[in-house]
Amino acid sequence: MASENPNASEYIKHHLQNLTYGQHPDGSWGIAETSQQASDMGFMAIHLDTMGFSIGLGVLFLWLFRMAAKKASTETPTGLQNFVEMMVEFVDNSVKESFHGKSKVIAPLALTIFVWIFLMNLMDLIPVDFIPKLAHDVFGLSYFKIVPTTDINAALGMSLSVFFLIIFYSISIKGIGGFTKELTLQPFNTPIMIPFNFVLEMVGLLAKPVSLALRLFGNLYAGELIFILIAVLPWFAQWALSVPWAIFHILVITLQAFIFMMLTIVYLSMAHEEH
Amino acid sequence: MNLNLTLIGQAISFAIFVWFCMKYVWPPVIAALEERSKKIADGLEAANRASRDLELAQEQATQLIRETKDDAADIIEQANKRANQMIEEAKEQVIADGKRLRKAAQAEIEQDVLRAKEALRAQVSVLAFAGAEKILGATIDEKAHSEIVEKLAKEL
Repeated sequence: MASENPNASEYIKHHLQNLTYGQHPDGSWGIAETSQQASDMGFMAIHLDTMGFSIGLGVLFLWLFRMAAKKASTETPTGLQNFVEMMVEFVDNSVKESFHGKSKVIAPLALTIFVWIFLMNLMDLIPVDFIPKLAHDVFGLSYFKIVPTTDINAALGMSLSVFFLIIFYSISIKGIGGFTKELTLQPFNTPIMIPFNFVLEMVGLLAKPVSLALRLFGNLYAGELIFILIAVLPWFAQWALSVPWAIFHILVITLQAFIFMMLTIVYLSMAHEEH
Repeated sequence: MNLNLTLIGQAISFAIFVWFCMKYVWPPVIAALEERSKKIADGLEAANRASRDLELAQEQATQLIRETKDDAADIIEQANKRANQMIEEAKEQVIADGKRLRKAAQAEIEQDVLRAKEALRAQVSVLAFAGAEKILGATIDEKAHSEIVEKLAKEL
């Protein structure tokens, strides 16, 4: 906790601050002690909590799935393998439904997105004070935010990666000429309209990663904020709101992971198709 | 809520995760799934084939049973015929035997009768002499009259 008896506003702000490591304006490196310090660090800073949890969850995901993949056989699957096969089949079907090209990357990419985002979102269901309190009391960390997807950096990091893939596939499938044509000769196929088309298409193109990131971030940030607001209530009243919201949030968590995955598939399949 | 290096860090870790998933997770699982679906298809086909085979085998079995029944019926009929024949033969045999035995018995009886007659004849003369003696009160010369008596006995 930043101060011993914070008021509600301080409490909320405190919970929305990442544990930031970076370069102080005076040139020294260290962990930001206050929100002001964190924002003063500018771009040369890293959110240790976001990175730690996202990498930890990613490793957990890959470890689990790798274990099942090693044991994968034609025998009757049991337990973990069953679950992993179900996930893989589900993602494979989703990819086959909307993506008609051939690509070795898209299906594993979709699986990674879905499971990883799902796990990161799932951190939202851990009561908001548990891990920050632990981090504070045991490790002396003043800030700790455990849901990586409520950090715009995580969501934008993924959506920008997807954006680069979109551009990469657009160019590698259609060629630079084809991609340029797509950006300049649509929707009005006349030379006069090229600047207009270009602006329109660029907005459309750039809107993809931005909307992808903001949708995920917005949903999870709002969800987290509501959990924090509920946590401000007196302790005996919290369950009445936090339980329904948590149950509802299970849907949001899954849905957002699914939407991110589906939109990635759709965007990449659009990048593969010639008009 | 500041944009900072986390963005790049996240992108890098994302790329690594996707690469790992693409390299080590996706292919074995998908391969196992495809292999299994192939195995299931093979299994279903084998089951279909087996049920066709079973049908065929059942048909063959029915055919075989029918043939066997016919054969059995023939054999029984033949056996019955043979049995009847044997009974007939036995009857004839018995009748023939009976006749032969009766003949033998009759012959024996006749012989016995003859023998008895002979014996009687032998006795008649003695009885006749004894009776005559009693009647006459004298001894009759046996030799003198035995011829007469023997003649008489022969007539018996």
